[in-house]
Amino acid sequence: MLASYLTMAAILFCIGLYGAFVKRNAVVVLLSIELMLNSVNLNLVAFSKYGAVPSLTGQVFALFTIAVAAAEAAVGVAVLIALFRARGTVKADEFDELRR
Amino acid sequence: MNGFTFNFDGGYAAFFVFAVLIIAGSVLMISTSKVVHMVMSMAAVFLGVGGMYILLDAEFLAFVQVLIYAGAISILMIFGIMMTNHRDAAAEAVKPLKETLAAVGALALFGLLFYAIRDADFTGMDGGRMVPEEDNTAAIGVLLFHNQVLPFEIVSVLLTVAFIGAVVLAKKEAE
Repeated sequence: MLASYLTMAAILFCIGLYGAFVKRNAVVVLLSIELMLNSVNLNLVAFSKYGAVPSLTGQVFALFTIAVAAAEAAVGVAVLIALFRARGTVKADEFDELRR
Repeated sequence: MNGFTFNFDGGYAAFFVFAVLIIAGSVLMISTSKVVHMVMSMAAVFLGVGGMYILLDAEFLAFVQVLIYAGAISILMIFGIMMTNHRDAAAEAVKPLKETLAAVGALALFGLLFYAIRDADFTGMDGGRMVPEEDNTAAIGVLLFHNQVLPFEIVSVLLTVAFIGAVVLAKKEAE
């Protein structure tokens, strides 16, 4: 059963990776990053039940990841709102000052 | 002995249902054109992951997942979409080369991961050895406030700093 969960998490991670590469709307890029973080959490919890040393520590680690992901999402959306106010767009490929 | 052992029972059926929910939601998230629909399908993905946590005997984490992800983060993203422009989302200029490269990269990564998972030796790791606690929440609380006090406090400081920073960033500039 462990391998099924790991494969599930791998599928989720790769879909999130594809979304983060392809999507132009920066809010959707943030969502894709959340998808990848979720797949990591799924791995942690799966190993906390089926791993070589099963214990609750994996779940606690996943809790910390969720807290950090929440902070990341809040700051990300705030940055996007500030960027939108300054530039009038949230297209990720139009923020290219550093490239010029 | 790779870990793909399927004895068909209720847990496996539930896993299958949640897996279909997660994959359908995430593929819909990639393929739909309206941003609000993307957030809605993401909420389905988050609920599916929460269901998987229940299957893995992590009830407290499932509850947190539904509260934080399906509740708070989805709403936060919807607010983010509403406060930025969401009307021209349909007019996505396609960049075939970039999309192909991204698809190839993601598929290659998945192939690598799948190969590694298939090849790994999971014998003797088929669960059941962790006796699920009577009260998952109480056990996590004890662990959190005994062994992990320092990380817990650091995370609380981090959250405070991040949210104050978010308020300052999103606040309108005073003229």
